[in-house]
Amino acid sequence: MHHTKRRNAHLRLTAGVATVAVAGLLGACSSGSDAGTGSGDAAGGTYTWWDPYPQHDTSSEWAARVQACGEEAGVTIERTAYDTTALTNQALLAAQEGTSPDVILLDNPAVSTLADTGMLTTVDELGLDTSAIDENLLAAGVVDGDAYGIPIGANTLSLYYNADILAEAGVDPASITDWDSLTAALQAVTDAGHKGITFAGIGTEEGSFQFLPWFWGAGADLRDLDSPEAVAALELWKSWLDAGYAPQSVINNSQNTTWEEFLTGDFAFVENGTWQVNAAAEAEFETGIVQLPGRDGGVAPAPTGGEFIVAPVQTDDGRYEATRQIVECMTTPEGFVETATTFAYYIPPTTEGQEALLEEQPGLEPWVEAVRNAKGRTSDDLGTDYPMISEALWTAVQNALSGAQSPEEALANAQAEAEAATS
Amino acid sequence: MTTIPTAVGTSLDRRGVAGTVPATPAGRRPRRAPGPSRWAAVGFAAPLLVYLALFYAYPLWRNIDLSVHDYTIRAFVQGNAEFVGLEKYVEVFGSATFPTALWNTAVFTIVSIVLQYSIGLALAVFFRSSFRLSAVLRGMFLVPWLLPLIVSASTWAWMLNSDNGIVNSVLAASGVGQINWLTSPDTALLAVTIANIWLGIPFNLVILYSGLQNIPGDVYEAASLDGAGAWKQFWSITFPLLRPVSAITLLLGLIYTLKVVDVIWVMTTGGPGTSSTTLAVWSYREAFGTGQPDFSPAAAVGNVLILIALVFGFLYLQLQRRQEES
Repeated sequence: MHHTKRRNAHLRLTAGVATVAVAGLLGACSSGSDAGTGSGDAAGGTYTWWDPYPQHDTSSEWAARVQACGEEAGVTIERTAYDTTALTNQALLAAQEGTSPDVILLDNPAVSTLADTGMLTTVDELGLDTSAIDENLLAAGVVDGDAYGIPIGANTLSLYYNADILAEAGVDPASITDWDSLTAALQAVTDAGHKGITFAGIGTEEGSFQFLPWFWGAGADLRDLDSPEAVAALELWKSWLDAGYAPQSVINNSQNTTWEEFLTGDFAFVENGTWQVNAAAEAEFETGIVQLPGRDGGVAPAPTGGEFIVAPVQTDDGRYEATRQIVECMTTPEGFVETATTFAYYIPPTTEGQEALLEEQPGLEPWVEAVRNAKGRTSDDLGTDYPMISEALWTAVQNALSGAQSPEEALANAQAEAEAATS
Repeated sequence: MTTIPTAVGTSLDRRGVAGTVPATPAGRRPRRAPGPSRWAAVGFAAPLLVYLALFYAYPLWRNIDLSVHDYTIRAFVQGNAEFVGLEKYVEVFGSATFPTALWNTAVFTIVSIVLQYSIGLALAVFFRSSFRLSAVLRGMFLVPWLLPLIVSASTWAWMLNSDNGIVNSVLAASGVGQINWLTSPDTALLAVTIANIWLGIPFNLVILYSGLQNIPGDVYEAASLDGAGAWKQFWSITFPLLRPVSAITLLLGLIYTLKVVDVIWVMTTGGPGTSSTTLAVWSYREAFGTGQPDFSPAAAVGNVLILIALVFGFLYLQLQRRQEES
């Protein structure tokens, strides 16, 4: 999940419902002419492609790659890049107007939401083979047994550490295997005069994304937000704040901010994602990663991030053939590795792809390991309920960390809210 | 981002249109078919009417339409939302967020406009007496207005950071302990209000300053001949003569402040929890802030805001009418 642009995206959408109203207006105007993008000849012609990577412009390798896949299928691809949140909203509006693009690369928690509207084709309808895709990664796009897309890669969270600080404080990273040993390490580095850990507790999806490894690592379930396990996870974060191991500002931190804090060299640990691998290598100090520990040891399941390639429903079903070829071109083992390196780094969702990537980049081994242990946020049949549960969860995290409520109280309220929203 | 001002604008503009059309001579001969001049009048008014209908009436109607249907995402795409009447409003009013958001909106708006107005007025009076560099200084006060909101809001968020913010380090130097401006439920609203006041001062300064230019200088001359000091001059001349300008400044300030989303969203996203959530932020969050857009309650909250702004708009018209009569 490329969270980089998320905050800006919110702003671009500007205030309130005015946008919805105006967009609805445009919808009403254009629905009269039923042309849409579905027009044009099925063979040859132009295919539309949306992705959430505005950082890759038309001259980028990524854009060239998209074009190459189009040429292979004998069509021209018209690529448009949006910010992550804007993309979901645009996709909804386009579906309402009947002008959906042929291919969308969609943030994985949004897949089940969009699938629920009936605007996406299933992989079976498109004739795609998903048997090689890792099940834990594919699960985010499965609704009622049907897969609505293919992950083009996955990223997840781990614990980066500052090797210099750990050495100075005498902490062996290998000793961090459960919550107690991690807290002990935080105490050691704080005693040595450094800052302990930073993470993102912001009141958006990012906050839930970062909290989930601890939540799941305690054995808690998203259907049961106020279980003792969930309370234990929130108390862990709260205790770090109270003890001064983590700064107060985590309550408003985005993942980008935490990374910038880590790069100052003051912090021993940061919870962050695969997308920072290159930045970590370029840091002015030596870095490493340890897997996020479960409460009593083992690797905690971190949530998966990353985009799915999905094909919205078209009025002209002659278009699906070329769409299928484009999707297949993007999801070959070589294609996965190419995507992986372009996006520094996306772990391929197939065993074959992962092996091919590790041959090129053996250093990514711990990340492949982390992705294999990761879990889709909309998995466990949560589907479209997940966004509502997630909102309740991040609100609880905010309320507890800021001291407005105790962890039990905050999570009890969250559970009540989630139940009301999903019933 | 003009839901609210347009709504108010609409009602004002419509009055304007309604006021001009019946004023044509055709009004005296109601039974006759419209003559060519009548058609010409309609023709000239048509672009404006079409514009108003397309860009004011339709979005407004659509917003109401959204709020009385149950627009889940599926219904939004398939266009078959169920009509639920006022259920969404009941939901909004019954929500635990509503009293908090209403209170926050009231505090945020009142504190913001009172301070923006007082500081803006003080500065306008200060700059009235031209001195060396006064124009340059006045220009510099406009900077908050010129900066993109995301820049100023991010800068404020950065300055008010609990651990590394410059505000806290200045306070620490004078012996005050760490204040968690943006991350404590007690101070988050205060922090965003401070930032918003700073943003609003230039607007008040400019309007009030131009209002001051319209007060003839000889009134002051006469007053000083009568022995009135600066303080007396302000309360007996400046303030009363500035009343019409003040009223419109406060009304515009109120509407601008009611609908503020960006500053709060960038600084706290309405948090921690809901401690800096105003009605506008709440509406935005429901519609766009989560992975699950809830357009119907968002539209309901938006309509409540429009109503509040309308009430004050009418209050202003009432005041103006009374002023004209007297």
